[in-house]
Amino acid sequence: MATAKHELKLGRATREAFGEALVELGRENPNVVVCDADLSKSTYTHLFAKEFKDRFFECGIAEANMVAIGAGLAHAGKVPFVSSFSAFLLNKGFEQLRVTAAYGRTNLKAVGTHSGISIGEDGPSQMSIEDISLATSLAGFTVIAPCDEIAMKELVKQAAHTWGPFFIRAGRAKCPLVYSPDQKFEIGKAIEVVAGTDVTVIANGLLVAEAVKASDTLADEGISVRVVDMHTVKPIDRDAIAKAAAETGAIVVAEEHLVDAGLGVRVAQVVAETNPCVMEFLGINDTYAESGTPDDVLDKYGMRAKNVVEKIKAVLARKKK
Amino acid sequence: MQKTSNVAELEAICKSVRRSIIEMIYHAKSGHPGGSLSAVETLVTLYFDVMNHKPEQPDWKDRDRFILSKGHACPVLYAVMAECGYTPKDKLNTLRELGSIYQGHPDMRFIPSLEASTGSLGLGLSLAIGMGLAAKLDKSPARTYVVLGDGEIQEGQIWEAAMFGSYHHVDNVCCIVDYNKIQLDGWVKDIMGLEPLADKWKSFGWHVIQPDGHSVSGMQAAFAEAAATKNKPTVIIAETIKGKGVSFMENNPKYHGVAPNADEYKKALEELQ
Repeated sequence: MATAKHELKLGRATREAFGEALVELGRENPNVVVCDADLSKSTYTHLFAKEFKDRFFECGIAEANMVAIGAGLAHAGKVPFVSSFSAFLLNKGFEQLRVTAAYGRTNLKAVGTHSGISIGEDGPSQMSIEDISLATSLAGFTVIAPCDEIAMKELVKQAAHTWGPFFIRAGRAKCPLVYSPDQKFEIGKAIEVVAGTDVTVIANGLLVAEAVKASDTLADEGISVRVVDMHTVKPIDRDAIAKAAAETGAIVVAEEHLVDAGLGVRVAQVVAETNPCVMEFLGINDTYAESGTPDDVLDKYGMRAKNVVEKIKAVLARKKK
Repeated sequence: MQKTSNVAELEAICKSVRRSIIEMIYHAKSGHPGGSLSAVETLVTLYFDVMNHKPEQPDWKDRDRFILSKGHACPVLYAVMAECGYTPKDKLNTLRELGSIYQGHPDMRFIPSLEASTGSLGLGLSLAIGMGLAAKLDKSPARTYVVLGDGEIQEGQIWEAAMFGSYHHVDNVCCIVDYNKIQLDGWVKDIMGLEPLADKWKSFGWHVIQPDGHSVSGMQAAFAEAAATKNKPTVIIAETIKGKGVSFMENNPKYHGVAPNADEYKKALEELQ
């Protein structure tokens, strides 16, 4: 039986959508301010800097200072976005995120671009494969990893309108459009991108599109795959996970992140607490990747639809009939 | 609260604050007396004379702000805030107890009128600069004061912030280094010496003032000079004595983070009559 395939046109990078959302936020709220650490051309905060020169603070290559200055701006009533490559923002700014933004209770929005391994050529020192782990360990933080430009733009705006500290994960590479422009988003509420009954793939970021492709492939083999976009990693949508576990009895979690402490372990915790079922995990396995074109790196480190298919088959083999 | 510029009145408040510090730490059986006592004149001069603030309206938008970046010296901050009427004076001796608003390091969850939660060193100057930038955007006359420990400025982030502050002309921020020359492990000069300290700040583009940190009039003059200094931020390197006011604690590294015993407590209070 032939099934209609999903058309996944290539869209823009989520970092671009982030930059555009900032400009729109800047126009609607004079309290939105932006800090960057000498990467504004890459993070796309230069769009905001161009239009709102007095509300953009170039901090130089000093991420720790930037995060704490952002927290100070937040304490004084601003809605600050601090941005850099995710690897630098989370690793160099972690202490500041913890003490000044999380424990210190602020309205800081931290946005890390160039996340995951899909940055390609620049290699592992710039690749952020532990940012979700670090960000979710900050008490009170909301953590978001949108999968395409439409999701990013909408969720950045919602983050600005929601009081509290956020980490938002953006990517460098152009990514396939999963959503149409009229899609509705809600922080903390997962989206069922593809309906299915045999198995569920829970993913975020680039892996959502790969999971959609995998569901198309398996539909031809008569396997019904549900794909859930868990764009909000924290607070996680427990209901969507419990429902997927109960209704499909098998879950694969796929993410462009270390499997040790990312989305997968958080989903597993909810599965264990609700409706235990068989699970498999796709991600980076206790290693650092390497330079190469983004496509080559994603291929080598198993971030593709065919790898999702393999995991689905593995989990289905373990699923009790 | 009654504000005053009268030196004798401010000195009397300093003595009262020193007594509170000793009582709090004695009852808590732990805490940091040395660096609390060395910063007394700085905080009393700020809260009772220099700063524009309203204890009855702590969220007043144009208030001057204060951050104790060396959060371990919180007994002096708690004693001064209680004296101002921000927090209950009769609860000061619950310092460090479970549920007390007077936590081991300043915690905004328990005292919302604090400007920042501190305790991990090196963060406060950046926070102050963020508040200074916000005041400039809001065209507010508010100034932000931040007290750093001398050992604290061994933290690299302080110098990131120092670079930022002068480059961006954040002249509504005034930083005070409580230069008491002792840190936890001993004398600063034996651990990671800071000299030439004034030259370091000058080379980072800051206006530097070096008053006697235990002279109320000296600190008043320094704060006035800082407020009058435009286009660059000011650092006041306050020459102080760790443990100031209690003879056996003065210049004694032991009292960085040790509470007085019963005999020492009695003797300290006698000296502070």
